[in-house]
Amino acid sequence: MSKQTRLRAVLAAFAVLALALGLAACGSSDDNSDSTGTAGGGGGKAIVSNPANGKVSLKIGSKNFTEQIVLGEIYAQALEAAGYKVSTDLNLGSETVALAALKKGEISGYPEYASTALTSFFGVDPEKVPGNAQEAYNQANADFQKEGLVAFPPTPFASANAVGALKSTADKLGLKTVSDLQGKSQDLTLYGSPECRQRIDCLLGLQKYYNLQFKQFKPVDIALRYEVLDKGGSDTLSILFTTDAQLAAQADKYVILEDDKHVFPAGNVIFVTDPAIVKKAGPDYEATITKVQSGLTIPVMQELDARVDIDQQTPEAVAGEYLKESGYIK
Amino acid sequence: MTADPALPLSFLGLFGDAVNFIFNQQPAETGGGLAQVGGPHQVLDLASEQLKVTALALALSLAIAMPPALWLGHRGKGERLAIAVGNAGRAIPELALIAIMAAVIGVGLGNLTIALSVLGIPPILTNTYVGVSQVDRGAVDAARGMGMTEPEIVRKVEVPLAVPTIMSGVRTATINIVATATIAPLAGILTLGDFIIARNVYGDAGVLAGAILVALLALSLELILAGVQYLLTSPGLRARRA
Amino acid sequence: MTSGIALAQVVLHNRSNPDCIQRNDIFCPGWAIDNIDRYVDPTVQHVVLVLASVGIGFAIAFTLALLAHRYRPLSTPFLAATGVLYTIPSIAFFFLLLPITGRGRTTAIIALTAFTLQIIYRNIMTGLNNVPPDIRDAGSGMGLTQRQLLWRVELPLALPEIIAGLRVATVSTVAIATLAVFVNGGGLGTEIYTAGRLTFKTGIILAGGLAIAMALVFDFALVTFQRYATPWQRAVPT
Repeated sequence: MSKQTRLRAVLAAFAVLALALGLAACGSSDDNSDSTGTAGGGGGKAIVSNPANGKVSLKIGSKNFTEQIVLGEIYAQALEAAGYKVSTDLNLGSETVALAALKKGEISGYPEYASTALTSFFGVDPEKVPGNAQEAYNQANADFQKEGLVAFPPTPFASANAVGALKSTADKLGLKTVSDLQGKSQDLTLYGSPECRQRIDCLLGLQKYYNLQFKQFKPVDIALRYEVLDKGGSDTLSILFTTDAQLAAQADKYVILEDDKHVFPAGNVIFVTDPAIVKKAGPDYEATITKVQSGLTIPVMQELDARVDIDQQTPEAVAGEYLKESGYIK
Repeated sequence: MTADPALPLSFLGLFGDAVNFIFNQQPAETGGGLAQVGGPHQVLDLASEQLKVTALALALSLAIAMPPALWLGHRGKGERLAIAVGNAGRAIPELALIAIMAAVIGVGLGNLTIALSVLGIPPILTNTYVGVSQVDRGAVDAARGMGMTEPEIVRKVEVPLAVPTIMSGVRTATINIVATATIAPLAGILTLGDFIIARNVYGDAGVLAGAILVALLALSLELILAGVQYLLTSPGLRARRA
Repeated sequence: MTSGIALAQVVLHNRSNPDCIQRNDIFCPGWAIDNIDRYVDPTVQHVVLVLASVGIGFAIAFTLALLAHRYRPLSTPFLAATGVLYTIPSIAFFFLLLPITGRGRTTAIIALTAFTLQIIYRNIMTGLNNVPPDIRDAGSGMGLTQRQLLWRVELPLALPEIIAGLRVATVSTVAIATLAVFVNGGGLGTEIYTAGRLTFKTGIILAGGLAIAMALVFDFALVTFQRYATPWQRAVPT
């Protein structure tokens, strides 16, 4: 093969590679999800685009796990449908980072859990966090307003941490409530998120209020919270979330222990933002957010989380599906 | 966090916070600051864990890679294979390796050690092979002529002459392993990388502290290994190389 | 996914019969084919990261090497400096740069470039130093200036060694660029280290596989270029 022919061969190979990539980029992949064709609600539910909102730019933030990113996407896409100019900065970090970004004006608002706000920002004991969603919202909102921020009314669903185990483990050790771990926890390994070690509504609370000592606490990425149970054997516990899809889908495999001392308060999501932005953005800002979150019940939130974590769809796509299936966007 | 216009000053500020983080415990970034993080105790804990993990993985890599590489290099066979393993090893993305091991096998020290040694084996294998096979054939023949057995030739002639090349491979392997041990928290083993990966807990100061510590650890190891190489290189070779 | 009950008009999918993806089997080819376009953007970002880093790294290393070739005393400090940059793990480098250059592609490229410097610099130096002295003498004997000697004799002869260095640098950079996700630098790492994907086996294998394939393609391209550009040499395995 002469040099010239070799060079041509190389160029041809690159052309083929480029062509393949180009085709992949242009090719559309159809998302075939079959559903039991439910009719959307009446036109009154749909978000109407208001051209006056086009002057307002909003940046929606979120913390860095699936449920938060889905929520951020839902709010962002809904506000965009209402005519606002929307950008996102999802995946910010912990609640401290998100709040700091909001206070600095880097984001317009983000979804926070009322319970997290009360325990992390405002120093409330987890047992004293109101169990009633409206009361928790009122208290958190009042505290936020003292900081120059404001919170919108809560979502229907609430999420909480929970101590989870394989059903076989729970049955073997006779565990129904977290208090049942007394006397047994020192032989068990607890897996949780890295933040769990520092939170009163997680490991600190288990140690302080339940007086539990574990053989070991191992921090792992929350993506692995079910993996560690699957592979860990019968001396493994894991911190799970009550809105996890796996709990509903595989109720015969995983169980959560009842939080009898109320150390893991359930938090409804409240959208925290700046009053100045609320004024500038007009009534559609709060109205769109409260409208679009009214469909987020626990089963629905579990379903959306499942579509990302289990079905491997992107949060952006899942948020879009939610808005369409619920009839908020045509 | 985007670049700040008052940049030089703010950078110094964060750098100062990072150094402070190393020497003084401070409230965690999350959970309302109820727990303390950082401080020399935690730093030493995590640093020693990273060293332990590196040592284990390096030992495993040496045990797996050296014997076949020495033997093949001595015989002069399998050059293609040795080179190919070296090239292939360089192409392995560490994030994917750690993630897939954690997802398939699970979290834990054993899995991590295996994953890390996958990254350590190629440079040791290739460099040991190349080093031994490129030893001056004249020296080998002379040794054979003096009546040395094959293993003796390897041990007394080829390896000492190949020390610079072999050690270069060991050093590369160590850097690869230390670097990947930084993301070991993704596989459940807490090393200095925890400061970087769990930024929700440690905050920006902690992340920068982690980066500084990891860099210092890697540089220190490299210096130590350079010293080991110097000591292992026979004086005759040292003179020639200088 | 099978159909399920509709609640509040959001369809709750029935997952009692999990398919390949929902079981998180080790590799689901069907999903991979259907969703390959999700990997196009990350792949393109990854290519940009690698080409930029190796390109800039080569430019810098080449300049350093020419300087050190001319002024011998420079070679040790240059080797040491590039060595330090090489030894610092890239992920630590990303976060050392973070306070200065912020999150994003620039930070990633700077750190990746720093990593390539020693490999390329050392290989260029070795290549130049390995030019047989009698060829140099012959060249000056023929009346070539030092500059002509460099560009017409020494560099072409050093080319195989230089390209060997580029190959190592490129392949290593492809692998390390997966870490760019930690500083929002894009790349194939985004398909691994993002919410919901850290345990997704098919996704990890696809992302890792694409990175390895990319490394092989670049390596092959460089080998081919070397064969084409140095017809007087047999192909030499590094």
